[in-house]
Amino acid sequence: MKILVCISHVPDTTSKINFTEGDTKFDTNGVQFVINPNDEFGLTRAMWFKEKQGAIVHVANVGGLETEPTLRKALAIGADEAIRVNTPATDGYSVAKQLAHVAKEGAYDLIIGGRESIDYNGGMVPGMIAKLIGANFVNTCINLEVDGNNATAIREIDGGKETLSTSLPLVVGGQKGLVEESDLRIPNMRGIMQARSKPLTVKDPVDTNSETQTVSFQKPAPKGAVKLVDTVDELIDLLHNEAKVI
Amino acid sequence: MSVVVYTESEEGKFKKVAFEAVSYAKGIADTMGTSVTAVTVNGGNASELGTYGAAKVLEVSNDKLQNFNAEAYADVIAQAAKKEGASVVILTSSVNSKFMAPLVAVNLEAGYVPNVTELPSSTSPFRVKHSVFTNKAFSITEINTAVKIIGLAKNAYGLKENSAAGTAEAFAPNLDAHDFDMKIVSVDKATDKVTIADAEIVVSGGRGLKGPENWAMIEELAKTLGAATACSKPVSDMGWRPHSEHVGQTGKPVASNLYIAIGISGAIQHLAGINSSKVKVVINNDPEAPFFKAADYGMVGDAFEVVPQLNEKLKEFKAQNA
Repeated sequence: MKILVCISHVPDTTSKINFTEGDTKFDTNGVQFVINPNDEFGLTRAMWFKEKQGAIVHVANVGGLETEPTLRKALAIGADEAIRVNTPATDGYSVAKQLAHVAKEGAYDLIIGGRESIDYNGGMVPGMIAKLIGANFVNTCINLEVDGNNATAIREIDGGKETLSTSLPLVVGGQKGLVEESDLRIPNMRGIMQARSKPLTVKDPVDTNSETQTVSFQKPAPKGAVKLVDTVDELIDLLHNEAKVI
Repeated sequence: MSVVVYTESEEGKFKKVAFEAVSYAKGIADTMGTSVTAVTVNGGNASELGTYGAAKVLEVSNDKLQNFNAEAYADVIAQAAKKEGASVVILTSSVNSKFMAPLVAVNLEAGYVPNVTELPSSTSPFRVKHSVFTNKAFSITEINTAVKIIGLAKNAYGLKENSAAGTAEAFAPNLDAHDFDMKIVSVDKATDKVTIADAEIVVSGGRGLKGPENWAMIEELAKTLGAATACSKPVSDMGWRPHSEHVGQTGKPVASNLYIAIGISGAIQHLAGINSSKVKVVINNDPEAPFFKAADYGMVGDAFEVVPQLNEKLKEFKAQNA
């Protein structure tokens, strides 16, 4: 089985979010970038397939040179090869078009991306790749088994879960549950050394237009101070008469 | 030129998000000088959509679409949009809408913006505000394509009655074999519980509750309030509660009217997940817990004393205000 894991390069979850250039650009100053957590669950599941069932695992992202440490981390975790499409990731649709091109060229059986990235929360890239290459698609996937050309996936639905059966090629929008958090891997020294000699291919982008573009950013309005109460009676009164939520 | 809106339903009844989506669609249609066409799939009574401004309802009635199927539903929406010459398509932020939205977008070659919180600030160029960085910020985004797809954030716009003399019309889209490549094997859904997605109120517990055996009081409080239960990340990581209840940056976002956090300190990732909730209440015995800075109301106290008291007093309050 040939697996492609799409990796988004995102600010880590503890990052303070600020903007520069008149609130038109994300301020990367002092920000640590990581593999998007939802993608990391997918990468770890891909490693499971590699080790238990035999698979080749490639990782790909769309972005500039600054995203390569994130791809190298994926190689250190155990991916066999990395691909970077050398263009800024401007919007979800154009990123999906670039990755769909990579996916088609590589004739992958299984393509795993995160349910959404934790920066722009678009949640559109895996589904768009699937539609662009004519593959099946499961989103919010929390369990995935592959047997030959058949796949069984469990996806999270509101208030429960749903089990689906389908065939490869398949695109998955994954999240926690594909593997548990405790199964995520921290690259060890051997992995880091091996990653240095693994191939990282830089590809030119295909021609696309940006369907959407960010004009500016805003921070939420500052919040007033918390109102501390001493008794539950006081709390109920405020929730009923002031906040009007009960 | 119309605005097409997908209206979600379950077992033949429209969900609240459907009415919110139609209200929002009517807001855009008024700005653009056009009308709203709603699309239903085995949905409820079309006249209910007229109440919120749908001038026309395309009704799809098809036994093969009894269960949600992203590929087929996306085809339905795309074909309806083409038939109506839609310039804007409105979806919601439900799990199912987010599943099919990218498929609709590719089908219509349309720019898609999810988590939209307001009406467009301008329709030419078309600019909308949406939450990004898991609610830590907003982006004003321009959609450049002829057809625009909007994923409306939950609880962002509200219900606005705007009666239209709606007409209902049967709609039979062309579905092909590929639409049914995905087979549902089983569905495992707790039907007696309020889900986080539908909940107006969410009661959430953290590590301060000391163990899963203490969750009964959270569940009782949730039952009294008709609320969903939720938890912080460490609680789900330790297996005290299922991952489906984990609220935060890598878990579920919550956009309820009231969020009650009990024994949760308020890590930045958790706060990002609840930013869209309207009123936040914190109960914690540590007055320095960061959550107090993000909350509207706070009570410093031992959860094991406060929660049972709160539950009893709320039961009395409910009985008096029934």
